[in-house]
Amino acid sequence: MSYQVPKFRHPELPVNDLGYTKADYEGSISTLCAGCGHDSISGAIVMACHELSIEPHKIAKLSGIGCSSKTPTYFLGKSHGFNSVHGRMPSVVTGAAMANRDLLYLGVSGDGDTASIGMGQFAHVARRNLNMVYIVMNNGCYGLTKGQDSATADEGSVSKKGDPNVYSGIDLCGTAMQMGATFVARSFSGDKGQLVPLIKAAITHRGFALIDVISPCVTFNNNPQSTKSYEFVREHAEATGTVDFIPMRKEITTDYDPGFSHEVTLHDGSSIHLYKMDETHDPFDRRSAINTLEDHRSKHSILTGLIYMDKDSRELHEVLETSQRPLNQLEEGDLCPGNKMLENINASLR
Amino acid sequence: MKPTDIKNPEYFHKVVDCQYACPAHTPVPEYIRLIAAERYTDAYMVNWHSNVFPGILGRTCDRPCEPACRRVRVEEDPVAICRLKRVAADNKQTIADRLPKIPEQKNGKRIALIGAGPASLTVARDLAPLGYIIDIYDNQFAGGGMMRSQIPAFRLPIEVLDEEVNYILDMGVNATFDVEVDSLRSVLDKNYDAVFVGTGAPRGKGLNLPGLEDAREHVYLGIDWLASVAFEHTGSIGKRVLVLGGGNTAMDCCRTSRRLGGEDVRVVVRSPFEDMKASPWEKEDAMHEGIPIYNNHVPKEFVVEEGELKGMLFEKVEARYDEDGNRSLVPTGEDLVFMEADDVLMAIGQENAFPWIERDLGIEFDKWDMPVVDTVTYQSTNEKVFFGGDAAFGPENIITAVAHGHQAAISIDLLCSGRDVTDRPPPQVTLASQKMGVHEWSYDNAVAPDHRYVVPLAPLEEALANRKLEVELGFDPGTGYKEAERCLNCDVQTIFEEVRCIECDACVDICPTDCITFTGNGEEEELRTRLSAPAHDTTQDLYVSADLPTTRVMVKDENVCLHCGLCAERCPTSAWDMQKFLYNVTKAGQDIPPAGEKEAAA
Ligand SMILES: Cc1cc2nc3c(=O)[nH]c(=O)nc-3n(C[C@H](O)[C@H](O)[C@H](O)COP(=O)(O)OP(=O)(O)OC[C@H]3O[C@@H](n4cnc5c(N)ncnc54)[C@H](O)[C@@H]3O)c2cc1C
Ligand SMILES: Cc1ncc(C[n+]2csc(CCOP(=O)(O)OP(=O)(O)O)c2C)c(N)n1
Ligand code: SF4
Ligand code: SF4
Ligand code: SF4
Ligand SMILES: [Mg+2]
Repeated sequence: MSYQVPKFRHPELPVNDLGYTKADYEGSISTLCAGCGHDSISGAIVMACHELSIEPHKIAKLSGIGCSSKTPTYFLGKSHGFNSVHGRMPSVVTGAAMANRDLLYLGVSGDGDTASIGMGQFAHVARRNLNMVYIVMNNGCYGLTKGQDSATADEGSVSKKGDPNVYSGIDLCGTAMQMGATFVARSFSGDKGQLVPLIKAAITHRGFALIDVISPCVTFNNNPQSTKSYEFVREHAEATGTVDFIPMRKEITTDYDPGFSHEVTLHDGSSIHLYKMDETHDPFDRRSAINTLEDHRSKHSILTGLIYMDKDSRELHEVLETSQRPLNQLEEGDLCPGNKMLENINASLR
Repeated sequence: MKPTDIKNPEYFHKVVDCQYACPAHTPVPEYIRLIAAERYTDAYMVNWHSNVFPGILGRTCDRPCEPACRRVRVEEDPVAICRLKRVAADNKQTIADRLPKIPEQKNGKRIALIGAGPASLTVARDLAPLGYIIDIYDNQFAGGGMMRSQIPAFRLPIEVLDEEVNYILDMGVNATFDVEVDSLRSVLDKNYDAVFVGTGAPRGKGLNLPGLEDAREHVYLGIDWLASVAFEHTGSIGKRVLVLGGGNTAMDCCRTSRRLGGEDVRVVVRSPFEDMKASPWEKEDAMHEGIPIYNNHVPKEFVVEEGELKGMLFEKVEARYDEDGNRSLVPTGEDLVFMEADDVLMAIGQENAFPWIERDLGIEFDKWDMPVVDTVTYQSTNEKVFFGGDAAFGPENIITAVAHGHQAAISIDLLCSGRDVTDRPPPQVTLASQKMGVHEWSYDNAVAPDHRYVVPLAPLEEALANRKLEVELGFDPGTGYKEAERCLNCDVQTIFEEVRCIECDACVDICPTDCITFTGNGEEEELRTRLSAPAHDTTQDLYVSADLPTTRVMVKDENVCLHCGLCAERCPTSAWDMQKFLYNVTKAGQDIPPAGEKEAAA
């Protein structure tokens, strides 16, 4: 088995604004099972970060435990990383993000890591609207521990083990919306055309951005009766619309039919174009989003694309009015402002 | 696009860039792997079957394979394919027991070969084992043609030449040396079943410049002079030597001059340095021996004073190119440049000459007085007379002569067995999976990042003191191994089976050089714009699958595939497999794979 990817790359790889090629955003060779959906998501993350020209040292990737949580080793090899304990990625990101607001926080988790052991942490990080991208690589099972049904497995879905799941599955997009997430999307590992612009939009969004990516576990949950298999997802996925991410300063070249098209300008001047398939769904209205989600659930179809986005999102730092500078850049003078200041404070409390 | 027909042997043949570029289509990666496995004798035999002169070619081949090598599309330098061939030759054991058996009982067919250069020797090598009675006629004292008379011993030691020429002469062929054939009719009159003309392009071109008459004693035609050095009729040259011309003959002339007493030896060439015909490595070797190359100098006249050659005058020019890229050499208007010389060697080209072929033998000659020869069968308009090597289409090189020889031998065999000479045998191909287990391959699929290794040279002073001392020392086995590991195994093909594919994208994600795309089908030109990475090189094919369940197709740009096998390793359903594609040009009378191939596979 190969333990290294060859050094050579395509001689004409495009370079981004920083002069980097995609190769500069890659990590070590994956040790996941051949064909695991998680690897495609890693590939999509590499593409999105490259295309957005993010400096690799400005990214922190954090994860919990699981095959999905192993993937940060396989992308962004030059970025910061923290592989935490099972289900605890959100609290580690919260701490890190509070201490240093200058980094881009990319949390990677699994459906087990998020919807079982990490459910409480997930709920609260969404509720706090922490400025981060939270990617769930959702395969409906615990891949790393040999494929037990997870809490996102659909009722009646059959994994390789052979028994239909008796519980109803948790819909992470619905849960996140209920908890206060300000950007909620669903996608499929086998559809980079949709996933890459969604990741870019999530990165640019200010606040908690969840992308629930259905990502088949080829080894334990890719049989035809599983609702998280390549075949089933391809047949049952229905997109809210096509999403196009247009970076700041780039000209819009596509013609959008105004009737179905929404343009959303993000805080940094870039924009998302959403070309809707479904007229009744308004992704900027929480009620409409929740309804659409529920409609699709009852039809047994898998709703993908941008489901909800709060254009007026205020992320945690804004809400808490924290220091504009990362804590590690604060000098003694900032932290101990002196007797005069202390007297002023005391006086104000008298 | 239509799904690629991978059953057509030419499809994968083209993917093996080096083998495809080689006129004889030597299975290069196959022998390189054998060298890495220290199976030098096997590696030698793979070569011997294909190119007949591995030891000679491993030192002198023009190596059209190297500029074609895939490696130059992903890094600076090609694999040292040619010098690896020499590693096989230098380290092999005896091959006596592997040579074809020559039947005692002949088949009754008599073939005359005129000239004993590589073209004729190849015909002999292919036909003697089939029982043909072979008569060779050559005007030199021994076999080898220009490999003996022209290529200097410091590039090709006599022992190496003798060994490989003798493998063939020892096949019971009747060779008559020191005989000038001055009439083709007289040969045909001997009732041969077929005659092969392999007499090369033996006439050197000269320049008729003012002063030549008076300077004649000190002006030589390069190829005649090299032959007289090789045959030890000439042993010295003046201290100041001017070599006119920019091809490989000029390079051999100047380097030989340095060894025969030339101290101030200069190469003077009309064209710009980059446009010179000599291979880059030949120019480097000459310059390394302290020989300057004066480019953009057009020879004007010989300067003779009191009956003695003093030197030559040259006009300085510069190259100008019109919109179509046509070059013209325009005088700069500066004063003529004088260069001193005791001797001048003219190495400006060679041409064919067939004064000995009567024009009423049914052999048609074209307006350039060249015989009309079929480019596939090598037959002339007289069905019994075949041409090959430099005699067929003008001066080329050894490997081309060998390739012609193989094809002419097939034609002669077809003619003598009453079959149609245009009915060419298909190549012999095999395709075999290299899978040894889960994610394990029987070839070394890791891609070595090493840069090309440099062949060590003999110390300059020693080399210049001895005309016969071989300059290149060759790779030692250790370096040979490292160089062999640079080969990308382009013959181990990526085979895609669409029925197994679940479109999980794993291969797309892992491929280091972005070869693979899943997308909607389209016409080639448009499809090329939609691939994962730029794909402008239309000389490299696209491998297109049939429709997949999502109605997309798999498109693989063969251009910079590293044959690393990662796509197949990452494929959960083995829709990709790595399969070795062995392509052998069929030789005369071959219905079964040649011995070397069986040995290599064993
Ligand atoms: C200086 C020089 C250096 C070269 N270096 C290289 C090199 O490094 N690598 C490379 O690949 N190629 C090289 N070549 C080219 C190569 O030598 C020829 O392309 C090749 O030898 C052609 O082979 P052939 O069999 O067609 O003919 P030749 O090798 O030319 O053999 C023809 C033979 O026929 C004989 N002959 C001709 N007419 C008659 C006749 N009427 N009767 C009897 N015998 C006759 C000739 O004397 C000769 O022995 C070089 C050529 C020259 C001139
Ligand atoms: C505290 C703790 N409990 C249980 C485990 C065992 N464990 C390891 S991974 C895993 C589930 C992983 O599932 P998921 O997050 O969906 O990742 P996947 O492997 O499916 O990508 C479990 C239960 C553990 N490592 N730590
Ligand atoms: S067990 Fe499943 S989730 Fe884990 S690497 Fe293998 S295919 Fe992927
Ligand atoms: S890498 Fe090896 S097989 Fe490929 S073209 Fe070069 S020498 Fe030939
Ligand atoms: S062998 Fe496969 S993975 Fe490797 S370069 Fe070629 S197509 Fe890409
Ligand atoms: Mg899971």
